[in-house]
Parts: sequence; structure tokens; C-alpha cells
Amino acid sequence: MNSSDSEEDSYNERSALVQSESPTIPSYNQDHDMSLPEETDTKRRRPVSSGLDEPVPVLVERERVATPDGEEEELTLKYGAKHVIMLFIPVTLCMVVVVATIKSVSFYTEKSGQRLIYTPFEEDPNSVGQRLLNSFLNTIVMISVIVFMTIILVVLYKYRCYKFIQGWLILSSLMLLFWFSFMYLGEVFKTYNVAMDYPTLVMIIWNFGVVGMICIHWKGPLRLQQAYLIVISALMALIFIKYLPEWSAWVILGAISIYDLIAVLCPKGPLRMLVETAQERNEPIFPALIYSSAMVWMVGMADVSNPGSADERQRGGGGARAQEGVESEDDVAQGVSRRYSAEEDLEEDRGIKLGLGDFIFYSVLVGKAAATGGDWNTTLACFVAILIGLCLTLLLLAIFKKALPALPISITFGLVFYFSTDNLVRPFMDSLASHQYYI
Amino acid sequence: MTLAVFFGCAFIAFGPAFSLFVFTIVKDPLRIIILIAGAFFWLLSLLLSSLVWFIAVKACNGVQDPTLHRALLIFGVFFSVLLQEVFRFAYYRLLRKANEGLASISDEDGLDISVRQMAYVAGLGFGIMSGAFSMINILSDSLGPGTVGIFGDSQYYFVTAALMTLALTLLHTFWGVVFFEGCEKSRWWVIAAVVALHLLVAGLSLLNPLYEASLPPVYGITLLMAVWAFFSSGGSLHNLNTLCTRRKAEEESAQ
Repeated sequence: MNSSDSEEDSYNERSALVQSESPTIPSYNQDHDMSLPEETDTKRRRPVSSGLDEPVPVLVERERVATPDGEEEELTLKYGAKHVIMLFIPVTLCMVVVVATIKSVSFYTEKSGQRLIYTPFEEDPNSVGQRLLNSFLNTIVMISVIVFMTIILVVLYKYRCYKFIQGWLILSSLMLLFWFSFMYLGEVFKTYNVAMDYPTLVMIIWNFGVVGMICIHWKGPLRLQQAYLIVISALMALIFIKYLPEWSAWVILGAISIYDLIAVLCPKGPLRMLVETAQERNEPIFPALIYSSAMVWMVGMADVSNPGSADERQRGGGGARAQEGVESEDDVAQGVSRRYSAEEDLEEDRGIKLGLGDFIFYSVLVGKAAATGGDWNTTLACFVAILIGLCLTLLLLAIFKKALPALPISITFGLVFYFSTDNLVRPFMDSLASHQYYI
Repeated sequence: MTLAVFFGCAFIAFGPAFSLFVFTIVKDPLRIIILIAGAFFWLLSLLLSSLVWFIAVKACNGVQDPTLHRALLIFGVFFSVLLQEVFRFAYYRLLRKANEGLASISDEDGLDISVRQMAYVAGLGFGIMSGAFSMINILSDSLGPGTVGIFGDSQYYFVTAALMTLALTLLHTFWGVVFFEGCEKSRWWVIAAVVALHLLVAGLSLLNPLYEASLPPVYGITLLMAVWAFFSSGGSLHNLNTLCTRRKAEEESAQ
């Protein structure tokens, strides 16, 4: 199967780790008095609600609260652990779905000989040197495609072709929600020998797909949207696991984390430019690319008293709210969409967002660890390594307070643990188990 | 075999650890992070000890002789135990540093997690990871077709593996509590005792498949450690007494 471009884009665009904005903590009541300082705070606190179409993971700084430093630090720490868990759960769920599928449905581990057009070189299992060379060439092709797409997206974003980007995103999520889930369901039915008729299947897929499109691109309950985003990340990861050749997959994982590092941290990196452009324009990110753990902002609650805070909150709010995209900027200026009381905001607003590309690549790593060999220890080790990497990345975010890439640390840990557990720990544990020695 | 053995052994091995997790760890995000970091540290220790074992095996030219293989494995076991304790100490130092760092930069009194709680969570992390690594492959094998002990080995492989895993998980938890307490109070004999007990338990497991000689002593040590950990973390007979009488008083007042 030669996948279409939109599939490539969808994973390109889906990697970003973004933090939603936090409210002005000192303004516990939304009075007229507070609006002025808030507006200045808004400008100061411009978070990097960035990258509509960020091809690579970017961790965006959390908004600085306009309070004395001690309180700010404490708030960061107090909310730090909660955010880590808010990301652990969806990442774990995605990985569990992928591993469960890989272990039960054999379709995704069968090598059919078909490849994506992005990895044109065939891996010859006979000669190690040739195989290595081909995997590096495949990686170069894949990464260049990604870089090319990123640049196109940056250009599109710079010239404000939002409709084009949105159309592109809708097309790619259409394909994921209908075609790939149809394939997935078909394979699951085959594995468990379930008889299914086409009318029922059409009804199921139709409902699933349409609700998914609505939830992701328009409005919907937060949990449902999160669930759909996890499911499409898992589907995407499964496609990669099936169609990427063995060695190329590992090299691509390594290369993409290096690319992520460069693209986000270098001054001329495409992602950094994207982030800065979005920052200047104060625009929200398209929700089809970002998983948001924050509360959904309510639409239609007019609160004219705080146009400034409403503005920044609307920007901060991920979830279903932000699909309004550019048009809602005007609404916001009129002070639409205000939220509940500030006390609730304290807890809910400090949501955190993670790009779907991060989910996808984490799941690819763990899925491949589960696919190659029957060893569960390797899978478990990679899982723990990725979670610790994510934890460290968020810790660095809390310390440095600037945009950071989310892939490198986790993928590095994951790769190190995969190869070392597979080659070193596995024989040791197997010998111990056969003698029933316990350490 | 199959499902009955799978579920039975899974619940034996992971039941207590899972319930401890659900009742004490799940609600607090900081504890979950400390747990997973503890698991990570155990994993690191395992990695390093496997590396050393692997190098030793390769150095002896890919052992054909079974006695040498066993001897190297036993060396690997003891070295791994020592390394696990080293990493436990390292984790203790990391947690203390994190505690101090966070306490110094916040206005309030640091985190609302005490060193004792961290000790318990760290020990549980070590225990869960150790249990998972010992048991998961065996559990997945127990699902599939096969005959236990077809080459003359013991029939009770799965159950004893599960029981041993349970003992080790609990032991790691108790050792964590006692170890951290020993480090806090700078009682080095406590640390030495924990290391010695761990070595003893590993040594006892070397007696397998003579399960009568390995399992009861290990459970005896587990009980001993439970009592020690209880008293070390601030429990006392008085506390127990108050707990029981308070419960009785509550019941009486409720009637």
C-alpha cells in the first residue's frame, strides 16, 4: 500500500508538546479593576500557543504567572506532578492499545513486502552492510520528506492560508477515522473469527468516523475528544509498525528525535519560526494535531469585563474550542467565552498539551519492542523508559521555561533500553528463570 | 493449565502490590512519579548487572560447561543484589536532594510528602518492577499450550514462581522503608542488615527446586521484615492498641 500524502502530513503535523496558558493567578475575581494589569500580563505572558502544523514535538513554555517569584515557583511545582500524570495516562493508554493489538492481531506484524513510498529502499536480510546502508538511505528520504512538509507548512502558515491547512487536516483525519479504522476492525474480526455483515459494519464505521470528525474538528466533550485522539495516534502508529522496514524504523526513530532537537532549539529551525510566528499572532493551535488535557472552554458566556483575560484564555484553551481558529479571534476581542470562577480556573486551566506526533512515535517504539520477539520484559522496559523521559522533559520545561522538544529524551532512553534489554537482560533473566533463581 | 493458572498466579504474584498501588499511590501524582522513577532505578541496576554477567560469560568463551555456567549465574545473582542495593542508596540520595531543592525554593514547607512516604513508595517501585520482570514472561508462557515439567522438572513451577515473586515484592517494599530510615538516622548497621538479608534471600532461591527449603524461610524473613518496617516507620504496639480501641469506640458510638 502506498500511503497518500495526507497520511504523511498528519503525522508530520501532529508532533508538538504545548502548554495551555494559565490564568492570572492574583485576579481571583474578574473585576474591571483587574482588566488592565491583565492585559499587560497577557502580552507578557504570551505563551507559545504555537504550531498549528508543527511537524515535530515542541514543548512550549508554561505561562508565567504574574505573582512574586516564590509563589510562581511553588505553583509550578504544585502543578508539575499533576501535569506529568495528565500526560502519563494518555501516553500509557495509547501504548497499551498498540501493544495489545500487536500481540493479538497478527496482521500488523506480518511483513507483506509492501512499503511506503517514503522508504523506497528494500532491506535485504542477507547482507548486513547492504541492509544498514539501505536503512540509512530510507531514513534520509523520510526525514527529507518531513523537512519539506514542515517548510511548506511554515510557508502556508506565514501567508495565512488557514483554509488550506484546515482542509488538509480534515482530509487526513477523514482517512484515519474511516479508512484505517475500517482496516483495523476488519483485521480484529478476522483474528477473533467474528462474523460481521457489511450493513452493520458500515453503520459502525460511519458513526465512529462522523462523531470523531465532529469531536476533533469542532466541538465535543473533552474526554471523547481525548479518546479519539488517542485512537487515531494508535492507528497511525500501527500503520508505521506494519509498513516501515525493520532496521529503517529504528534509524528513523533516532533520526527524528535529532531532527526534533535541531528544529526546535536552533534559531533558524522551522519549528522555532513557526512557534514565534504563532506567538506574534496569538493564535491557537489546530486541535486535530494536539492532545489537550485542559478543560474545554465554554462558548457563549459573554464576559465583557475582561477582554484581555478572555483573549488569553481562549488562546490557551485547547480542546474543542480552538477549532474556531482564526475567526474566533474577532469573537474574543468582543469578550466572548468566559469561564467559571477563578477558583476552578486555578485547577483546570493549567492544562497541558502534547502533540500527536509524540504519541505516535512513543507508541511506534513500544509497539516495535512488542512485535520483535516474544519478550514482555523488553516492552515493559521501553515503556518505563519512555515515561521517565517524558517526566524529565517536563521537569526541564519547568526549569527552563522555554520551548523544548518532547521526543529526544524519551526516544533516546527508549532505544537504549530496547537494545540493552533485548541483548543483555533477556539472556540473563531467561537463565535465572530456568533455574528459578531470584535476584 | 492456561487461564486458571494464568489468573491464579497473576493474582498471587501481583495482588497485594496492585492493591497497595490502588489504595495508596493512585490518588497522589507525586507518588506515581516516585514509583515509576523507583522502577526505573531498579531497571538500571538490572541493566548494569546483566552487562557485567554478559561480559563475564563472553570472557569465558561462551560457556559450554554447565557447572561453569551455573557458577557464573550465581556470581551474576549476587552481583545483581549488591548493585540493586547500591541503586537503592542512589535513589535515596536523589530523593533527598529533590526534597531539599524543592523545599528551598518554595515558600512553604517543601512538598507534602515525607521521607517515610517516599521510602515506602520507592520500595514499592523496586518491588513491582522486580516482580514484573521475574513473572511476566512466565505468566505469558502459562497461557499457552505446554506441559509443566516435561523433562522431569517440578510440577509446581508456576505456583512457586508466583509465591516467590510475591515475597520479593513485599520484601523490596519493607527493605525500602527500613533502608531509608537507616540512611536518615545514619545507622549503617541497618543498611548492612538489609543488604545481608537480600543476599540471604537470593541465596535461598538458589536452593530451588527444593521448594521446602527455599519458600518457608523466605516467607519467614518477609514476616520479620514486615514487623521491622512497621516499627521502623513509627508504628508501635501503642498505636495498634489505639487503632483497635478507637475502632471499637467508633463502633460503639455509632450504635
